[in-house]
Amino acid sequence: MTGALAVRALPGAGVHELPASYPYPEPAWSPYLVGGLIGLLTLVLLSMFSRRLGASSGYADIAGLAGRGIAPNHTNNLAYFRENPPSISWTLVFVVGIVVGAFLAAWTGGETTGVYLQNLWLARFGEDSLTLRTATSLVGGMVMAFGARMAGGCTSGHGISGTLQLAPGSWIAVVAFFIGGIVTAMLLYRL
Amino acid sequence: MTGPGSSHDKTTADRPRTRLGEPVLILLLAGIAGLVFGFLLQKGGVAKFDILIGVLLLEELTVLKVMLSAIVVGVAGMTVLVPLGLITPQVKDTVIGLNVVGGVIFGVGFGLMGYCPGTAAAAVGQGNLDAITGVAGLIAGSYLYAMLSKPISNTVGQWGQCGNRRLTDILPLPGIVVSIGVIVLLVIVLAVIEMVS
Repeated sequence: MTGALAVRALPGAGVHELPASYPYPEPAWSPYLVGGLIGLLTLVLLSMFSRRLGASSGYADIAGLAGRGIAPNHTNNLAYFRENPPSISWTLVFVVGIVVGAFLAAWTGGETTGVYLQNLWLARFGEDSLTLRTATSLVGGMVMAFGARMAGGCTSGHGISGTLQLAPGSWIAVVAFFIGGIVTAMLLYRL
Repeated sequence: MTGPGSSHDKTTADRPRTRLGEPVLILLLAGIAGLVFGFLLQKGGVAKFDILIGVLLLEELTVLKVMLSAIVVGVAGMTVLVPLGLITPQVKDTVIGLNVVGGVIFGVGFGLMGYCPGTAAAAVGQGNLDAITGVAGLIAGSYLYAMLSKPISNTVGQWGQCGNRRLTDILPLPGIVVSIGVIVLLVIVLAVIEMVS
């Protein structure tokens, strides 16, 4: 009984064994159509605006702008922010656009959620896992942004924009993303 | 109205200025491009927590279908548009140490949070409230990296610096052969994925 083992591994978290064939939701549109259109969008951005598709550096801009508000001397003395001065940048506005676009898509498709604990999380950790979810989300976000800055991009910047330009570093990074992600998710959800 | 520091904010010395990094029109286009991207991510199902964790558990492969078909279209487009001079490649330097170590760290965060930086924004738009916590983490983690960037670039950043050459420049084959080879390989992978799922 792996479930019993998992309960012992994470005491008090109310861990349940996920069903072997978990009922995953269906995407609204064909993933091939969506992928193809994302490929086209990437090409348009490169050819018309000389911009790489990317998201993660937008968060670094927000961090730098917030840092300047809270501790301007500390922020301004960091080498990273001297080399990449935080501003209302292309990528920051792009990320804001993503939020709006996803809202429109969910709204038109009747898929808005408004919940903190998502289904697969609930199936694994139960209703009583608000603290654990907050911790994984917050720490996960910190670790991920740290890794993205180190690797030079995220699943958009390396995973789509870099790979399709046949950049060797992007292919290395995207394989590393999935290795780290698969190991972590297996430990969290299937142990 | 263009460029940093030219906005009309006469701030006091202790109030740091928030700069527009680009002309307003360019930022507007960035917003529209982001809106299109976010719309597509949500319609493709990849703003959904279950689908994103599903790919990491190797059980639900929508994420791979989206990514690989984007890459196929992109590689095909590059093959035509770069020789025509319509696209200048914008490739980041390959630094094997940073790509591998940073990549694995990123993956651990992805497994914990369940969203990546782009899909986290899409998940927020969709109404997944846990993604808001995740975005707070992304901002904090970016600052943490900025605090440690120097020692990292002096160590891991020195391992395996390979410059910004593309696979088409490195492999001893004509660029078009490399591109077509990649496309064929990815289409085969997509076909296998479609068969097993």
